[in-house]
Amino acid sequence: MTQPILDLRGVHKSFGPKDVLKGVDIDVAPGKSLVILGGSGSGKSVMLKNALGLMTPNKGQVIFDGQDVTHDQGKTREAMRARIGMLFQSGALFDSLTVWENVAFRLLNADRMSRKDAKEQAIATLKQVRLGSDVADLTPAEISGGMQKRVGLARAIVSKPDLIFFDEPTTGLDPITADAINDLIVEQTKALGAAAVSITHDMASARKIADEIAFLFEGKILWRGPASTVDNSGNEFVDQFVHGRAHGPIQPAI
Amino acid sequence: MSNASTTKRKSFVNPLQWLGRATLGMLSEVGKLSVFTSQVCLASFTPRWYLSQIFRQMIAIGFYSLPVVGLSAIFIGAALALNIYTGGSRYGAEQFVPNIVVLGITRELGVTITGLMLAGRVSAGIAAEIGAMRVTEQIDALKTLSANPYRYLYGPRFLAGIITLPLLVIIADVIGVMGGWAVSVFGLGFDSTTYLRNTLDFVTRNDVIVGLIKAVFFGGIIALMGCYHGDKSSAGATGVGRAATFAMVGAAVLILAFNYILSSLFVEFGL
Repeated sequence: MTQPILDLRGVHKSFGPKDVLKGVDIDVAPGKSLVILGGSGSGKSVMLKNALGLMTPNKGQVIFDGQDVTHDQGKTREAMRARIGMLFQSGALFDSLTVWENVAFRLLNADRMSRKDAKEQAIATLKQVRLGSDVADLTPAEISGGMQKRVGLARAIVSKPDLIFFDEPTTGLDPITADAINDLIVEQTKALGAAAVSITHDMASARKIADEIAFLFEGKILWRGPASTVDNSGNEFVDQFVHGRAHGPIQPAI
Repeated sequence: MSNASTTKRKSFVNPLQWLGRATLGMLSEVGKLSVFTSQVCLASFTPRWYLSQIFRQMIAIGFYSLPVVGLSAIFIGAALALNIYTGGSRYGAEQFVPNIVVLGITRELGVTITGLMLAGRVSAGIAAEIGAMRVTEQIDALKTLSANPYRYLYGPRFLAGIITLPLLVIIADVIGVMGGWAVSVFGLGFDSTTYLRNTLDFVTRNDVIVGLIKAVFFGGIIALMGCYHGDKSSAGATGVGRAATFAMVGAAVLILAFNYILSSLFVEFGL
């Protein structure tokens, strides 16, 4: 069996008395795309931050490419992050920098590439996400939400990572732009041969980008299976979520 | 036990609980600030340095503060000269106006007013900027891109604060003294040459150094309070606004407290 690129084992995370993750077990194989579905407040973002090392689990392990990185900091953590890309929900572009400086941030600061070479590579990566060189010198505030997502995607793939995280990649976009972003995610992850872990509650996005789908509910993975089987999961929680019904075992978060 | 006595005990215990909780909260805050300060100092004084960030912050903190510092200093110097003249004239000691203006400006008012003005302009600005970065996940993004926020964000602001504030204070000192000179010469009938000679004869190197040492501390406080409150800013516009307010108030109070502590030490060591 192929060794997973990322493996979460029994991950627990609490904030004061509130248990957000209650033993998450999930893994993703190299080159595969895993989508984690879940409603608001199900713990998706917390799980992703634990996987990235932005939070430390109270219990459990985060294994990256066979190495336990749960409590790693400093250079070990940086070495792991050098192999990871991340597209944030809000884009999280640095508004004091230009578009190309955002894309080339890792090249300039971690890899110490010259500005000339970094700019060339950034513009080439912007082209991969269908953005012209004319946006390179603009600031994030001067481009649209859809373009900001593309710039975020370019920043995530510029250093050719082995694993890319996508946090709600289509949130806030119109259906056409969202579909274009989904296409880019599939195209770029396949081109890199990278594994992808996406968290979303957008079913159209999940169907398009996932090889496998997992369903997170109240801090635990309730179901996991191939993307093609999500409509016949046999799990009443998954069924309710996939069909967007207000009535069922999941109470609406209002 | 009767209900009345239980209620009485509750009302007696609650203020103690409140006091205990407030004390623990304050100690916890001091602890967090101390850890944050030590991490910022470590990031500031050990490689790797982001020189472009330090330079950018020096421009933002130093250069763009010049108008507010200059205007504050000239009015403080002018008001100080008027007040000393008014007080001095009761004892026939008007001739000491240049001496006391230069002493007051270099040792105390130049640095304190500059510090307080920058607590408002810079500390609150840093807190708002970093708070906005926190709530829009830009600080998380920095970490995923292998950049340490202490080295990339907080260290450059801290270094820029401790480098630029002394420079601003030198400018404030000169402008403040000139404010006093202008009022004295054009409003109170002092002779310009005598006023300037008295000023230069009276001021000592130590008077200026005292102000500059204070400025280094105040620059650090201004940057630290902005970074600390911005870093722990909670989500939303309210959280960012609160961070800016706490940064400004915290920096202003700490500047005044450190001003007293440092002045006491300087007196102790004969500076």
